[in-house]
Amino acid sequence: MVEKFDAIVVGAGPSGNSAAYTLAKGGLKVLQIERGEYSGSKNVQGAIMYADALERIIPDFREDAPLERHIIEQRIWLLGDDSYIGTNYRSDSFNSERPNRYTIIRAQFDKWFNEKVREAGALVICETTVTELLRDASGKVYGVRTDRENGEVHADVVIMADGVNALLARRADLQEELPPENAALAVKEIHFIDPALIEQRFQVKGDEGVVIEMMGKVTGGMVGTAFLYTNKESLTIGIGCLISDFKEKGIAPYKLLEDLKNHPVIKPLIQGGEVKEYAGHLIPEGGYKAVPQVCGDGWMVVGDAAHLNNAAHREGSNLAMTSGRFAAETLIELKKQGKAPVAANLALYKKKLDESFVMKDLKKYKNLPHIMHMSPQFFNAYPDLLNGAAHDLFTVDSVDKKTKENQILKSFAKRRSIFGLVGDAFKLARAFR
Amino acid sequence: MSVIKVEDKLYQNRYIVDENRPHIYIKDAEVCASSCKSQPCTFCCPANCYTKDDAGGVNLVTDGCLECGTCRVICQDNGNVSWNYPRGGYGISYKFG
Repeated sequence: MVEKFDAIVVGAGPSGNSAAYTLAKGGLKVLQIERGEYSGSKNVQGAIMYADALERIIPDFREDAPLERHIIEQRIWLLGDDSYIGTNYRSDSFNSERPNRYTIIRAQFDKWFNEKVREAGALVICETTVTELLRDASGKVYGVRTDRENGEVHADVVIMADGVNALLARRADLQEELPPENAALAVKEIHFIDPALIEQRFQVKGDEGVVIEMMGKVTGGMVGTAFLYTNKESLTIGIGCLISDFKEKGIAPYKLLEDLKNHPVIKPLIQGGEVKEYAGHLIPEGGYKAVPQVCGDGWMVVGDAAHLNNAAHREGSNLAMTSGRFAAETLIELKKQGKAPVAANLALYKKKLDESFVMKDLKKYKNLPHIMHMSPQFFNAYPDLLNGAAHDLFTVDSVDKKTKENQILKSFAKRRSIFGLVGDAFKLARAFR
Repeated sequence: MSVIKVEDKLYQNRYIVDENRPHIYIKDAEVCASSCKSQPCTFCCPANCYTKDDAGGVNLVTDGCLECGTCRVICQDNGNVSWNYPRGGYGISYKFG
């Protein structure tokens, strides 16, 4: 006889773990299936973890979660050829007892989270790939098929937390294939380094951390960003651009990463480190308009698989964890009310997403992906122009300030034209409003 | 400029190899050779799994695959990549991720 569960959760990343944990805590019979050796072994992120989303699931997570450094300073840099111009925000208030953001190492963090899922009572099976959804003649999902022998398992609901590639939903025609302009390919490395060097180079002490997000010349005019994060004994450095841009420009992703590492302002920050891993991963960047149908008869989709990622604010894991929790809470509520998990009832999950920051934030930036895609100047011309302007202003020579000002204005007008500048300002203002 | 060796990067990674069972394959070699001019898989794959061969086609070796999905997304016009995850427990196994 095929074993039957209240819910099957496919995947053990942040969204899957949040869903499985919440369901198990709520007393449901849960099976979680992970294709990797262990939870986290297939997962890649920058990685920053936002406390608030996790706190709502595991309030005392700080007691034993593997956290690297809490962020006390955020830097945003626009890179020129050999320079950067940017902003730093640093506050001692981020040293509170309950810090807001942490750097994490996903393989370790996910493993810890998955332990919590097991402790809560879910059955977790690793090293098992789910190959397809089982659906009846009406299309209702009633389980999954795995690559194990006699690997069919049944459940009232299947929660797909299988990440950005969302193979299950696509194979079942519940989602279209990812268009290349809706996903970024990011590559990154982890560099182990003496913590004393991290403290010295980033002006931090103890578990304090700094994150740097970068835009500019290093993406070669492609829509993309780079990052450098401080962990306890390591630095993660990476860069990602839209797949459509990689395709069009013919640039290899690892070349960008090498160029970033060799950039004159980055190189001294990572010098002396030892590379221990190289990773590549897709990031859903299509925003609000790319979010597919998130639930139907007997199924829900959460996290990256539901395209829930806020590219404008570099937030993803918090949307993932929150959507996983909402999916679970929906099921728990339906179960209490004795309602079947049909599409009309599961729509409560969509309602929860819509009423939360998850969809409200995505909606706020709904036009941004398109504007960025159509406006390479934000990733090329402006970082260049602003770096040039700063260079001219801060170079003391015999040129008077008024003349310098005029030269800077002219360089902007020449590169982008007055109409272009006004248009860009208007586009940005509208996209961020 | 020095040539970047992806092999050196991949060497750091931990893989559990499923001998002789590649999880991704090219459906029709002829399509790569005749219908795909730009062959974007040969420069977009972050593990450099795809290389141009002497006959104008594309050669695929999945050993260093990071399972990111880029090749599938990029080849959707031709639909010539059969893309699966490795069998459970096999493939890339990140220590840090």
